[in-house]
Amino acid sequence: DILVLSDNLLERSLMGVRKDDESPGKILTAKEQWLMPSEGGYLEAEGLEKTWRVKQEAIAREVDILSSKNQYDIVLPELGPYSMDFTARYMAVGGRKGHLGIIDMKTMGVVREFQVRETVRDVVFLHTEQLFAAAQKKYPYICNRDGTELHCLKEHGPVLRLQFLLNHLLLVSINKFGKLHYQDVTTGNIVGNYRTGLGRSDVMQVNPFNGVVALGHSGGKVTMWKPTSSAPLIKMLCHHGKVSALAFHPNGHLMATSGVERKIKLWDLRKFEVLQTLPGHAKTLDFSQKGLLATGTGSFVQVLADLQGTQEYSRYMNHSMAKGFHVERVVFRPHEDVLGIGHSMGWSSILIPGSGEPNFDSWVANPFETSKQQREKEIRILLDKLPPETIMLDPTKIGTVRRAKKKEKPTKQEREVEREAAIDAAKNIPLKKKTKGRNKSSKRATKKRESIMKAKRPFIEQEKKEEEEFSKKRQRISEEAQQLPASLQRFVKRKES
Amino acid sequence: MRVKRVFRNYDPNLRKQEKAVEYVRALNAAKLEKIFARPFIGAMDGHIDAVSCLAKNPNHLKGIFSGSMDGDIRLWDLATRQTVCQFPGHQGPVRGLTASTDGRILVSCGTDCTVRLWNAPVDATMGSDDASNMSKEPLAIYTGKNAFGAVDHQWDGDLFATAGTQVDIWDHNRSQPVITFEWGNATSISVRFNPGEPNILATSASDRSITIYDLRMSSPARKIIMRTKTNSIAWNPMEPMNFTAANEDCNCYSYDARKLNEAKCVHIDHVSAVMDIDYSPTGREFVSGSYDRSVRIFHFNGGHSREIYHTKRMQRVFCVKFSCDGSYIISGSDDTNLRLWKAKASEQLGVLLPRERRNHEYLEAVKNRYKHLPEIKRIVRHRHLPKPIYKAAALRRTMTEAERRKEERRKAHSEPGTVQTEPLRKRRIIKEVE
Repeated sequence: DILVLSDNLLERSLMGVRKDDESPGKILTAKEQWLMPSEGGYLEAEGLEKTWRVKQEAIAREVDILSSKNQYDIVLPELGPYSMDFTARYMAVGGRKGHLGIIDMKTMGVVREFQVRETVRDVVFLHTEQLFAAAQKKYPYICNRDGTELHCLKEHGPVLRLQFLLNHLLLVSINKFGKLHYQDVTTGNIVGNYRTGLGRSDVMQVNPFNGVVALGHSGGKVTMWKPTSSAPLIKMLCHHGKVSALAFHPNGHLMATSGVERKIKLWDLRKFEVLQTLPGHAKTLDFSQKGLLATGTGSFVQVLADLQGTQEYSRYMNHSMAKGFHVERVVFRPHEDVLGIGHSMGWSSILIPGSGEPNFDSWVANPFETSKQQREKEIRILLDKLPPETIMLDPTKIGTVRRAKKKEKPTKQEREVEREAAIDAAKNIPLKKKTKGRNKSSKRATKKRESIMKAKRPFIEQEKKEEEEFSKKRQRISEEAQQLPASLQRFVKRKES
Repeated sequence: MRVKRVFRNYDPNLRKQEKAVEYVRALNAAKLEKIFARPFIGAMDGHIDAVSCLAKNPNHLKGIFSGSMDGDIRLWDLATRQTVCQFPGHQGPVRGLTASTDGRILVSCGTDCTVRLWNAPVDATMGSDDASNMSKEPLAIYTGKNAFGAVDHQWDGDLFATAGTQVDIWDHNRSQPVITFEWGNATSISVRFNPGEPNILATSASDRSITIYDLRMSSPARKIIMRTKTNSIAWNPMEPMNFTAANEDCNCYSYDARKLNEAKCVHIDHVSAVMDIDYSPTGREFVSGSYDRSVRIFHFNGGHSREIYHTKRMQRVFCVKFSCDGSYIISGSDDTNLRLWKAKASEQLGVLLPRERRNHEYLEAVKNRYKHLPEIKRIVRHRHLPKPIYKAAALRRTMTEAERRKEERRKAHSEPGTVQTEPLRKRRIIKEVE
């Protein structure tokens, strides 16, 4: 394991482990909060009002022009349910009937849209908005921003869902046969492909905190995978029926899953326990940057929020669309208070106050990027590309000291086998044939006997030591037994060897 | 050029897996450091015999004095690596060189039983024609009874000390030594004044001893006798109570002058006798040159060297000096050349832009944080050693391992408490004498 130390002495010379509260990011955030250009806001109910009764039209009347431009419905009835993906500034849409498009959200202009005349099941941006991947009928394709097909990824097969790991530049896909593929988009080689063994599943999400990929299966199981092992890291039984949707909170500790038995469960991923069970159907789930949870079923979208910050989620806002609009995908926009809904009649966008992180970081995701900044950022991303071995359940363990595991004692059989092997080796040592009268047979025999005794000695010593320890223990226990009153002595535990 | 405004949000939720990213950056920084590691700057050649001693002038950082085995003393300019002026006159090997406190006088001594004082050019802006106008005649020549082995000047005063059959303290204007110290019959090999306390000096003698003298007392203060003789001593300029002795048994021993019964630290890495030692002005590291043709840089309390410099052409290293700004190392060796090296092998010389400097500092810090992990450690520790040194080091390792194992077995087979291992810091000292 290259990333974790295993030396106790070394731990003493390393700097002391800082607690999570004192991490430099948190300290700086606390200090610089007064220098941030924007402040977040949220919907607050006064008196008898409930926040979930507020309709989008009411919000539109109160907000400024730029925000109200973010509320729209695009109706494209023949082109099938839409799935979408966002970067800081661009949006990629893919309709089931083959409509692909990239839209600039600042100017609301279409950058490029085209028809591939094939089923498109999923769309995802790669590390920049210049490239995106579309899961088409037979294979996923990587296309340029101008619509040029750059690569056809034949190894993946007919893909149901695509995800992209930003730090590692890995494209993950799950296909119709339940096979998981990891491909490095910079070098193009397949890092791993694993049979999940649990059948077809079309629920896949990446945990942004540690880069593990979670799949939801039809038995109610959720499995988590990393690219360097063929067995899943974790298998959790989450629901009684099929898992219909999965989402991860940005802090990596909270996972929301929904099943066909009309329950939405919130899981703590450190203890793998249910924190909260909410009633409701959800065909799709998504967490926003601020931790709001959007669920979508039928033509109804509900947003849940932990208003007191205690991770107890309750109803925040609702949005019902017209009857024929079946929700396919809900995705929050980063850094904007906007929820994008892809449905069977096109896509819509509604305002959810308090969902986006108001202050962006130019080095991470800059909506106002110039082309020069974009080029520099791409180079820096490539320089900081993480190897796939760094994906683990607890990424904070890198660079820390691993506790030495207690060595297990070899079983009796193994010890016997070792002993026999040592004795055989001693017996087979070739004896030197001495000359000049020193080669007496009795001497040779004694030498051989001595070498066998030498080989046996460590095992005999080991046995003696164990006998001594055992007898000491027995003595100790019997001493303890003496101290108890006579009626309780029969209950003293006697450990058998 | 329009500068774009940069917005920062340090919330850790926006940046994931920062430890893994830092690890990757540390790995890349370690590799880059190895790519840019070019420590050798240049050689200064001009002497026609081995270089036996070097001297620094604290008032003239650009120059260094060197004396060779044929009596030739030269002043070199480090920037151009050329000789500025020569001081001919000694009849035999020049054994010691030192500059006075104000830097105007150069004192040299040799096996021709003379101590000569010269006028040293002080002005940094002095050109070569000014230097040639300077008279080549020494200011004064003092003759003694026996050959002199070393000379050193007080850091803050007018006295200098020479080492020979006895330790003499001279004044600039007197032709006879002011004080003479003698303890035993051994000749002194090297002498060094303490940077903090102007009246204290340490000498090493051929009877394997290190003696500490105090000029205010009429007799020597303390003496320790080791198992092998010490070739050179250097005081730590930042912690003047500590000094390091370069010993004939391939190790350097750091002592606290107040407590001489035990070494503070043993620096093990050379494979042949250590000939000379000098501290950096920061007091945090020192450089040692050894008979095994290599120059090593040690951390002041590190048991092993952090860097080794060697070249095919560099033969036995007789003298080393750290430059006065702590960035360069000068080594004088048997092959008549002085060599100029960088103290940090991958350092970028010259003026750095603030962004470059900040980037270097960041990479240094992130590399230090993860330098214990195996892949990074392997890259950072990797040095190419010449085959003789590599083989000799392996041999020494087997020998010490065998010793250690035998000691352990002796301990295991005797009654607990009867066999006691002495730490290496104490083992090499025979006794301490008042």
